[in-house]
Amino acid sequence: MNASWPAIRFTVNGELRAVSVPPMKRLLDVLREDLHLTGTKEGCGEGECGSCSVRMNGDLVNSCLVPVLQAEGAIVQTVEGLATKGVLHPLQEAFLNCGGAQCGICTPGMLMAAAQLLEQTPHPTLAEIREGLAGNLCRCTGFMRIFESVLAAATQAEPEQPHAR
Amino acid sequence: MSTNPTTRIVGAAVPRKEGVDKLLGRARYVDDIEREGMWYGATVRSTIPRGRIRSIAFDPNIDWSEFAVVTAADVPGKNRIQLILDDQPCLADGQVNHCDEAIVLVAHPSKTRVRDAVSAVTVEYDPLPPVFSIEESEQQETIVWGEDNLLKSFLLEKGDVDSAWATAAHIVEGEYRTGAQEHLYIENNGMIAEWSADRGITVWGSLQCPYYVYKSLLSVFALPEEKVRVVQTETGGAFGGKEDYPSTLACHAGLLSMKCGHPVKMVYDRMEDLAATTKRHPSRVRHRTALDSNGRLLAIDIDLATDGGAYATLSSTVLSRATLHASGPYSCANIRIRSRSWATNSVPYGAFRGFGAPQAIFAVERHMDEIAAAIGFDPIELRRRNFLHDGDTNATEQVMREPVILDRLLDRALSESDYHAKRARYARDNAVSPVKRGIGISAYYHGSGFTGSGERILNSLAGVDVTPEPRVRVLVSNTEFGQGTNTVLTQIASEALGVSYDDLTMAPPDTGAVPNSGPTVASRTVMVVGRLIERASSQLIAMLREHAGLPAPHTREEFFAACERYRAAHGKVESLCRYEAPPGIFWDDQKYRGEAYPAYAWAIHVAQVAVDSVTYSTEVEGFWAVQEIGRVLHPVLAAGQIEGGIAQGIGYALYEKVVSENGHMANNQMTNYIMPTAEDVPPIHVFFEEIPFRHGGYGAKGIGELPHDGPAPAIVNAIRDATGVSFNSIPLLPEDLFVRLCALLPVEEPAIQ
Amino acid sequence: MRGNAETHQLVAPGTLAAVLELLAADPGAWTPIAGGTELMVAHAAGRLTAPRLVSLWGIPDLRFIHATPETISVGGGATFLDLRRNAELAEAFPLLALASGWIGSIANQSRATIAGNLVNGSPAADSSPALLVYDAEIELVSVRGSRRVPYSAFHTGYKRSVLAADELVFAIHLPRRFVRHRQYLRKVGTRRAMAISKVALAATALTQAGVISEIRLAAASLAPFPTRLLRTEAALLAQPVTRGTIVAARAALLGEAQPIDDIRSTAEYRRRVGANLIEEFLLELQQETQRP
Repeated sequence: MNASWPAIRFTVNGELRAVSVPPMKRLLDVLREDLHLTGTKEGCGEGECGSCSVRMNGDLVNSCLVPVLQAEGAIVQTVEGLATKGVLHPLQEAFLNCGGAQCGICTPGMLMAAAQLLEQTPHPTLAEIREGLAGNLCRCTGFMRIFESVLAAATQAEPEQPHAR
Repeated sequence: MSTNPTTRIVGAAVPRKEGVDKLLGRARYVDDIEREGMWYGATVRSTIPRGRIRSIAFDPNIDWSEFAVVTAADVPGKNRIQLILDDQPCLADGQVNHCDEAIVLVAHPSKTRVRDAVSAVTVEYDPLPPVFSIEESEQQETIVWGEDNLLKSFLLEKGDVDSAWATAAHIVEGEYRTGAQEHLYIENNGMIAEWSADRGITVWGSLQCPYYVYKSLLSVFALPEEKVRVVQTETGGAFGGKEDYPSTLACHAGLLSMKCGHPVKMVYDRMEDLAATTKRHPSRVRHRTALDSNGRLLAIDIDLATDGGAYATLSSTVLSRATLHASGPYSCANIRIRSRSWATNSVPYGAFRGFGAPQAIFAVERHMDEIAAAIGFDPIELRRRNFLHDGDTNATEQVMREPVILDRLLDRALSESDYHAKRARYARDNAVSPVKRGIGISAYYHGSGFTGSGERILNSLAGVDVTPEPRVRVLVSNTEFGQGTNTVLTQIASEALGVSYDDLTMAPPDTGAVPNSGPTVASRTVMVVGRLIERASSQLIAMLREHAGLPAPHTREEFFAACERYRAAHGKVESLCRYEAPPGIFWDDQKYRGEAYPAYAWAIHVAQVAVDSVTYSTEVEGFWAVQEIGRVLHPVLAAGQIEGGIAQGIGYALYEKVVSENGHMANNQMTNYIMPTAEDVPPIHVFFEEIPFRHGGYGAKGIGELPHDGPAPAIVNAIRDATGVSFNSIPLLPEDLFVRLCALLPVEEPAIQ
Repeated sequence: MRGNAETHQLVAPGTLAAVLELLAADPGAWTPIAGGTELMVAHAAGRLTAPRLVSLWGIPDLRFIHATPETISVGGGATFLDLRRNAELAEAFPLLALASGWIGSIANQSRATIAGNLVNGSPAADSSPALLVYDAEIELVSVRGSRRVPYSAFHTGYKRSVLAADELVFAIHLPRRFVRHRQYLRKVGTRRAMAISKVALAATALTQAGVISEIRLAAASLAPFPTRLLRTEAALLAQPVTRGTIVAARAALLGEAQPIDDIRSTAEYRRRVGANLIEEFLLELQQETQRP
């Protein structure tokens, strides 16, 4: 019964949302079940794999470890908020061109971590990329093409040929 | 741009077909999907490795009328998963044979309430003595499977091994062991099932082989063919871990749906997936090798054993591939390979990228370095002297009719990795450095596709059709799980039809919509199914030329116009082709002789390692892989497959250990099952040599599993180079290294020079 | 997800005073939760037995880093990313900044708090060895007032501390007197990132006229709780760094270390590597003292 839980409000991808859910419900589950933003994934529930990564108040967090009450008043970005009006973010463009996504399950979290990295460090070294993505496990790629994608996006000031979708 | 002058799309790095959806977070994996009125299922599992089920009690404090409860008694058809031997029950019936075996299923509309039910079921057992190792099983004192614990055995004999010992200048023996390995796909296993009395059963889920799941559902539910439907959802990694297990999960979800009358979703969490699903077969391989004074192989005698776990599952086919890869890419007139797969009370082992080859190749490639050391030969030279060449016969007396370019691959690998200079430098520097460096190689082949007559038995059917949109659809039951199936098959079709890549789409991976083109395993998709798509496309062109006035050559517009003319006359535009074996394939399944595989991919791997004498940790600092895989159809996807497989192989060698306590995986959390992170993987350098294979799609051979075979032996060979110590068992953790390296160094003594 | 969110109460009073009132009113009834990097893992595993939780997340009274000429004080609610981003702290206490970068990944560091790391009390805690060799002082606060304890006296047993049921860790005070000390910190994990420590060693030392005039050593996973290696320190104090003292230090460490076998590693390995780490540190110290 939703009525028994006081509303918790936060902004997701620029939109103010309100949910009436238990305060200890994980932000991950609120995003996926209550807000129907299924882009963010659960891979481990332990904060190890990073596939649940989102950006909250300017920081990268594992949403499986955030009780939704602690997101009250927060500004949250998920993978669904990366592209703008159908135009791929330079990172998404780079991942597409460089083969940064294979099965795609780690990709939303990986993109969040990469976006966070590039915002903090617009021209990261390979070592900084490795550190910035160390909390996002990818079992398919061996990471090589993910590094390449992030480097490509970093050197790109603006998307050259956006793939409008 | 295509890398080949004769094709525009094949050979070009076209965007991944489903790539944009994945990048936008729009791709729908099974847990992203809801069906109306859906319930949630969960599993009560065995807490002991072997025993009879004495009783199952349901806590009276729970209102069980809210729940659906399923046991073996509810199975309408055969309580057996259909695979090879059909010995594995869908639900334990009276006895459990491994920890975490499924006994009771429960479902409830609430995801949280269903968990209460799991803890409210109490199973009591009369335990039986379990067996946990190859050694225990082969002693046959405790029989846990069949009459004799033996799941499968092979005996492969070429020439006369026993005659060689007397004349040999050198005889070298060795024993090598590999541990279990977990796939660790980032998406756990999951299924949604919907059963209805009139429509039958439909399942949606994370899986590799829709028609495998279909086969089990038919049998477990005793339904006619038209009442079973399997749909693959976007699958977040598989690596063989979703080849057979999904059949069990689909049946579980289906049984619950049947019981409650609602769709049921079952998605495992990581702890359950790690504990209860399949892993790579552990192995023990013993080599005894005779050589002449020139380092030429005179005889190879191998005893190979795998641990199959509690049920047969795929143990026989894994053993087959292990057997056929056990003697390495070497020419030898006398070979004997005795292989056996033993049952134990571990969670059943199953398919995992390489499928027996990583185990066999670890042993033979480690053994080659041990031989080199024992007889005073350089390990590179020893291999060169014994490489297979064109016209030689391998262990099954298959003549190498396709070019074998191992020497060229080796030359390139040594050059790219700067092997000789590094080896010399490390030999000098290690004496005065607390970090010991080493460099090592492995050389091997990987057979593409099913063994021998396997493809004939599969009898795959695949093709293309054209919709009025117009779209061209590829009709296959082969699935995408990251490796690029969707992209490569649509590349092939668009090339062969003369249309654009964007005109192509994949028909849904739904047994109700596509023919059975065989499972997505054994590195067969591009080579075998790609070839079918190529042929079906050419067949369609021929049909349109003959019946719809398609000119030659044609433009894309002319193609679609002809399709519409054809549709007007015939109702639909579709072209299917059935598998045709390449000519001259002869295979004796009893003697294990003949053309074991239609094609081989060849590779040389080089690993550069640093062993830290303070922490005994090994890091791979650089990795080079040079391979010949036929034609490279997509340079980015192909390199991505190699890089990903190498990362898994590095994990197999140095990081990934399944810790088992009384048959239960004790480290069943990602925090304790360790795979390499972005900070751990070395720079991986990939190089391809291309020799088009005329029976593969656009000249391609298999690639998916190839890269997992080479890293472990190359790395452990490099560790031997760095430390002078031979390690013959993986995973090789710092704790294992330190025991050997410090065997003669008292702990009180300073360790660092 | 094996936990049931509906069976837990979580409140966020928003100020330190309000939280302390709650803890005092019903001691032991409310479990503080900050970044959730421990408790939410237990929640997902179905092991979170705390029915009532009080959130410390973002309370400004707890999330600060204050510097004076003598001391840098880190609020208990400061995240490890806060620590890494503070240039003054990184300069005065480089081992702490280094350790902060070893907590999980960036996503964990942005949420894990220093108080949470200490109060969780794992013998493998990443920040503990550095805090011990920096003579950190812990300030505890409750409605009854505040008190300070040396961090070296904070832990009393495996996952047990002097923290009372109504207390919170308010701040960690670090005395700025280690600028000239030779400093060392090395963590040995299962991989380069996202690794729980198998063993770690932190050291701060001063040498004068060729002998060790000050030495502080602390290890992870060589005892049931983070602790100084007092016997090893005693074996080194007032000694020059020679092969002899290295042998003595190894022996002392081996004598006082009590590592265990667990899912991550073995006691023998921890013992051996712990001794190697002290040797590595002493060799570095030796090189340093031999410089003209």
